[in-house]
Formats: sequence, structure tokens, C-alpha cells
Amino acid sequence: MGQQIVNGLFLGSIYALFALGYTLVFGVLDILNLAHAAVFMLACFVALLLVGSAHLHILAALPLAVLAAGILGLVLERVAFRPLRGRANANLSGLISSLAVAIVFEAIALELWGPNVERFPFGTLPAGDPIPFLGAEISRLQLTTIGVAVLFFVALTWLVTRTRLGREIRAVAESPRAARVLGVNVDRVIAASFFISSALGGAAGVLYGLAYNAIAPDMGRSVELKGLAVIVLGGMGSMPGAVIAGFALGLSEVFVVAHFGASYRDVVSFAGLFLILVLRPRGLLGAASLREA
Amino acid sequence: MWEHLRDLFLTYESTLGYIGLNSLLALSVYATLSCGQLALSNAGFMAIGAYGATLLTLDAGASFPLALAGGVLLPAAVAVPLGLPVLRLRGVFLAIATIGFGEVVRLGLVNWDHVNGAQGIVAIPQKTSLWTIGLALAVVLFVLARLRGSKWGFALEAIRQDEPAARTMGIPTTAYKLAMLVLGAAIAGLAGGLEAHFTFMVAPNGFSFARVVDMLVFAVVGGTARFWGPVLGATFLTLLPEALRDLAPLVGIEPGPLRLAVNGLVLLGVILFLPNGLASLPDRLRARRRRAAPELAA
Amino acid sequence: MTALLAVERLERVFGGVRAVDGASFELREGEIHGLIGPNGAGKTTAINVISGLLRPTGGAVRLAGRGIHGLPPHRIAALGVARTFQNIRLFPDLSARDNVLVGAHLVRRASLAARLLVLPAAREEERGARARAGELLERIGLSARADDHARNLSYGEQRRVEIARALAAEPRLLLLDEPTAGMNPVEVQAVAALIRSVAAGGRSVLLIEHNVKLVMDVCDRITVLDFGKVIAEGPPAAVAKDPAVITAYLGSGT
Repeated sequence: MGQQIVNGLFLGSIYALFALGYTLVFGVLDILNLAHAAVFMLACFVALLLVGSAHLHILAALPLAVLAAGILGLVLERVAFRPLRGRANANLSGLISSLAVAIVFEAIALELWGPNVERFPFGTLPAGDPIPFLGAEISRLQLTTIGVAVLFFVALTWLVTRTRLGREIRAVAESPRAARVLGVNVDRVIAASFFISSALGGAAGVLYGLAYNAIAPDMGRSVELKGLAVIVLGGMGSMPGAVIAGFALGLSEVFVVAHFGASYRDVVSFAGLFLILVLRPRGLLGAASLREA
Repeated sequence: MWEHLRDLFLTYESTLGYIGLNSLLALSVYATLSCGQLALSNAGFMAIGAYGATLLTLDAGASFPLALAGGVLLPAAVAVPLGLPVLRLRGVFLAIATIGFGEVVRLGLVNWDHVNGAQGIVAIPQKTSLWTIGLALAVVLFVLARLRGSKWGFALEAIRQDEPAARTMGIPTTAYKLAMLVLGAAIAGLAGGLEAHFTFMVAPNGFSFARVVDMLVFAVVGGTARFWGPVLGATFLTLLPEALRDLAPLVGIEPGPLRLAVNGLVLLGVILFLPNGLASLPDRLRARRRRAAPELAA
Repeated sequence: MTALLAVERLERVFGGVRAVDGASFELREGEIHGLIGPNGAGKTTAINVISGLLRPTGGAVRLAGRGIHGLPPHRIAALGVARTFQNIRLFPDLSARDNVLVGAHLVRRASLAARLLVLPAAREEERGARARAGELLERIGLSARADDHARNLSYGEQRRVEIARALAAEPRLLLLDEPTAGMNPVEVQAVAALIRSVAAGGRSVLLIEHNVKLVMDVCDRITVLDFGKVIAEGPPAAVAKDPAVITAYLGSGT
């Protein structure tokens, strides 16, 4: 039981990181960024490259991969989202253009690394014995993952609540027009949001790659859909919601697998998604109304 | 000469068949897009149709038309209880809910032993010919063409452009959206049943999120302003990989990634520069010519 | 005589704001009834509730005695209520004629079977519907622009098309939300004449307007709202002299 909690928190922290990125962009732009999972995947490959070919230590490769992910986010915003601003059906077009970029990113990964599953070189993972915790064991990897995730949560909270950029992000999320009138450089804020969002996704990607040690161009697929489930559950646009729901999903999945078997793992997220959308579309902490007029 | 043509035909039979099937799939997504709903449930409906028709053929020994009928009616029936709660949701949430539905169907199939779970079913008798696909496509196109420009076609267009306003004109928008969801499900199911008996196999991973994304891309690239736009998109994007296969070695990129990259770039290009799809190209050119020489305008 | 439209102690609250606060008024059959008041008085909210886009949080709305509050908009429309919108909601990608055609949705007697079977009856019905739409456009003086996309029409033209679209439903009750906003005096007169001819044809009109002169000229009776409450009701002359109205309504309109 204790082990399940540990495993659940471990998995949950990755989901939470990923979902946080998703929800940040949704909160600010009201658009679903379907390239998020592709950035997640590319960041992991970048880490693989840095560790495998450049022989960097994973703790050095991680921030660099996260940075690379952020930059990809900037590119994504510039190419796929900014040209669409002001269009009548910006939501649908944004969805589709992000999809297009995701397809291109996946093609790039396929071309550079091929479709086969890659692994981190032996010795990448943090070495050392597992640490006892709650009657169970927490591996060094798990500890690192949860630690990194918590670090990001704290950093993000600080950014959003205590910095000027954070205030501007919240203003733009509330109303871009009003923010512009108040002198906020909306373009810059949106770009920054994408940078942060993709950085979070990238971090999740590297950690996920380390956790499962199976890196492939299609590794983002299942996480992408689960990420959707998480942000809906937590409330679209709500950052605390994304974190709570991410951990909730991680824990639920681990429990379901432990008691019902592996094939039911994904049922949790989708059944949950469905129920929430039908019963309480607002999610746990979401605000905006989701129904039609 | 005829042998030459027949050989050519056989080589390309599969491609032609897929142009037809992909056109049907694109039209199934168009059904809901035409009233402004981004419903991404059609991979799930296609799966229900494919497996339904397959089981009717293999387990019940049904005739092909009967199996296809099952493949059409089953997803249509499922669309009703899905649509009622889900069509109330706004834009992106509808998309997410329907994606979720598709995944639930796929996961259900993966975990269902009777259909061999993830491995799927093989050796389905090949009963679909190009004629059957062509006939199916013709019927669907006819129905959609007749809808467009009719009282109901206008109502759907009104729902797409401003749903609350449409409601104040007496249009029962939820009923109409549900009807289109059901129609789209029926078309997707038909395509599924046809495909199963064309490629002799069905497997859950052929009905993943990627599949419905393909359908959406066909419809968007072709354009939804015209009812035949999706067919154009499907044709273009089905032929493109064939053309690229020869190009790949010249450019030094593997065919797989090249096809994917070109798909993505075409989609991106269309969304950014030709948002109403390829079908809107004649309109755009006409408008540009009119702008350039106003005195020539009719 | 029973009122065609009876609004009884209507309430609509948004969060802390009481947009409509216990308003009651009546509209008689065949009447042109004005609904005026300063900005934010709750006029558009009231119309949104009457037409079903919003549910009331209290009170009732009755059409010919039958309660319509809480019914979905399309059901209310089917009972004979049509409306225009304060911020013009034409279908931008449809032509003027097609906009009016959509408005006729309720009255069209088209058969889906005939349409699918390509029967001549379908073609006839469509021809008839398009002709009627053309007549309505003629009536508002926009036949020449019938095939132009709605978004390419001028502001005044769009407002008139919206009225034609509402008339296409052959409603018992026409709700007009600031139909002359942004129009020049000539256009305003045209709309006034249109409203009079609509009423002469047996329809009733609820007119929200800021153009006080228009309201005084055209309306049989006027209800005045302020802060969601009715502060005066009666014929134009009486309302114009009502001190409460003068206080609340600091001389707006042309």
C-alpha cells in the first residue's frame, strides 16, 4: 500500500508537470496546444542526445533539455499560433495548426532517430540504494523525479504570484484586450507562457523517459490524451487543479493496476474524463462556464 | 493495351480503394464540422462499424449487405447516448470528450478476448470491391449534396455561424447537432465495415486517435465550405504519399518521415494561408482577380 | 383584452447584479410598445429572458397567457416570437437573402423526403421560400444587395436585414433591440415606417430604443426601466412628462 502511494506520487508528478504546461496555455489563450506532447517527446530525445553522445550527466542534461523545450515552445507559438490571432474561429484553427506542428515534430524525430525504441545509456539513472519511506521504498529515480517536479511547482507558483510577468500572465488570461489597454505587451506574455509551458512539458518528457526508459517518437501519444483528462479533471486553466488532478490520476492508475490488472490502467483516465465532462465539466477547480449559451 | 490498363488498375486498386474510404471518413467528420462541432469520435464509430460488420460476417454468417447495414446502424445507435450529454459542451470540451470516447472504444476492443484483443481479427473475407466503395461514396455524397442548400442545410450553416441566434429562429440546435453526429457515425461505420472487408483485417490500433486526426486533416485540407471539399482533401492526401515515395530517395529523407512531414506542412500551410481548404482555391483566385481589375467584375 | 405579452415581477440576477429587478409590464395585441431606460437599465437582459436566451431567476413571462419562462429559445420562437439583436447577429458568411431564408425556418413547409428524392415539390418550395425572402428584402429596400454577404453590408443595411430576417418567421411578437442604433435620420424614418406597417399587419412590437424621438413618434405605450425596475408606464405623452423618467433618463437619444 505504501509502495503504491510512492509509485502513484512518482507517476503523478510527471502527469502533473505535463498537465501544468497544457493548462497554462489553455488558461492564457483559451486554446488547446496539441503539440505539447510532441515537445515532451523531443525534449526527451534531446536529453538522450546530451547524455548519450555528449556524455553529460543527467542532472546537467535535464535543464538543457528543458531549455530546448522552451525554445521549441517559442517557435511553436510564432509559427502556429500567432498568425492566427484575431481570426474568428481561432480555437479550432489553433488546435489544428498545433496538430500540424506536432506532426512535423514527430517526423523530425522519426527521421533523426528512427521508429525504434531507444534507451538511456546504462548508468544514466541516479545511482544508489532505494530509501525507505512509509513502509515502502522510494528509488533514487523516484525521489529525483518528485523532487524536480516539486521544484518546478514552487518555481512556477513564485513566478505567477510574485513576479511582474506572472501578474501580466494572469491579466492576459483574464482578458487580453484589457491587459493590452493597461500596457501589457500581450505578444511577449503569450510567448513567455509558451516558453514556460513547453519547458514544463519538456521536463515531464525527460522524467518520463527516465522512468520508463523507452524513448520513441510516439511516446507522447498516451500521455497526451491522459494530459487532457487531467486538465479537464482539474479544471481547465487552473494550475493548482492540474497538479492535484495529475497526482490523483497517478495514484488512481497505480491502485487500479495493482488491484485489477494492467489492462485497466487507461480506463481510469478516460472513464474519469467522461464522467467529469458529463457531471461536472468545470472540473475540480475550474471556473469558466463550459456549456453553450 | 487493355492488359496494360488492367495491370495499372490492379497496382493501384488499393490506392483507389483508399481514396474512396478516406473520402468517406473525411465526409463523416465533415458532417459534424458543417454545424460547427469539432467531434473527434469517428475513429471510435468506425471501429464499432468495422468490428460490428466483421462479427456479423464471421460469427453470424451474415451476407455482406446485412453486415454493412449492421456496421452502419450500430455506431449510429451508439451516437445517440453519446451525443445527448456531450453536445452540450463547448468547442474544445466536446473535442476532448469525443477523443475520450474514441479511446474508450479502442481500449474496450484491446481488452475484449472474443476479438483477439490487441492482435485483432484477420482473414475477413474480401467482399469490398472498388464498386462497393464507389457506390457508398456516391450515396453519401448525394445525401450531403441534397442537404446543402436545403432548409436543413441552411439551418446547419446557421448553427455553425451563430448557434444562439439560430435558436431564436426556431431551429432546435441540439437535435440538429445530434442528427449530424449520428449521420457522421453512420458514415464512419460504413467506411469501417467496408475497410474490414477490403483489407481482410481489423485491429484496435487502426482506430486510434491518430486515425481520427487523419480524418480531420483530410476534411480541413480539402475544405468544408463545399460538401465535396473533404473528398478533395482525402484524394490529395492519399495520393501524396504515393508520389512522395519516389521523391524520398532524391531528397535523402526516409519515406515514412517525409510523408509525415509533408502532411504536417500541408496542414499548416492550409490553416495559415488557405483556411477554407483547397476547395476554396477557385473562390480565392476569383476574388483576387476581381480585386486586381474591378472593372472586369460581373 | 388579455395581454399578448405579460412580464410579471421578472427577476434576473448575475452574481451580485440585479439586472432585472421585479419588473412587470404588459404588451397588448397589435401594439407597438417601447421599452426605454438609461444604459444598463436591464432592457436587453429583459429581452434575452423573454426570447429564452436567459432563464429568469424569478418571476414569469407569459405569451397569450401561457408561461414561456424557462423554455428553450427555439420553443419560444415556435410560439411566434422573433427578435433582432443589439449588436447585430447576422450570419456573416451568408448573403442577405440567405439570412432572411434562415429566418423563415419555422414557416417553411419543406419535406426532407421530397428534397432527398429530388421531387419537383422540393424545388417549388424552395423557389417559393426564396421569393418570399426577396419580397421581404424589397420591403426594406435592399433587393439590390440581396446576394451580398452580410458582412459586406453597411451597418444600417445589416440592421434592416436583421429586421427582415425576424419578419420572415411571421411572428406574433417582434422584439427589436435598438434597431436604429448608428443610423442616419433618413434610415431611422424608414425603420419607423417599417415598424408601423408591421403593426398595421397585425403583429405586435416590443421596441428597445435610445432614440427618444423615434420612440415617442411610433409607440402606442412605453415602459421605462431603470436599474432593472419599472419606473413608469403609459402613453408617450404621459411618460415624457413623468418626473421620475426625467430624473433617471438624462436626455439621451437623437
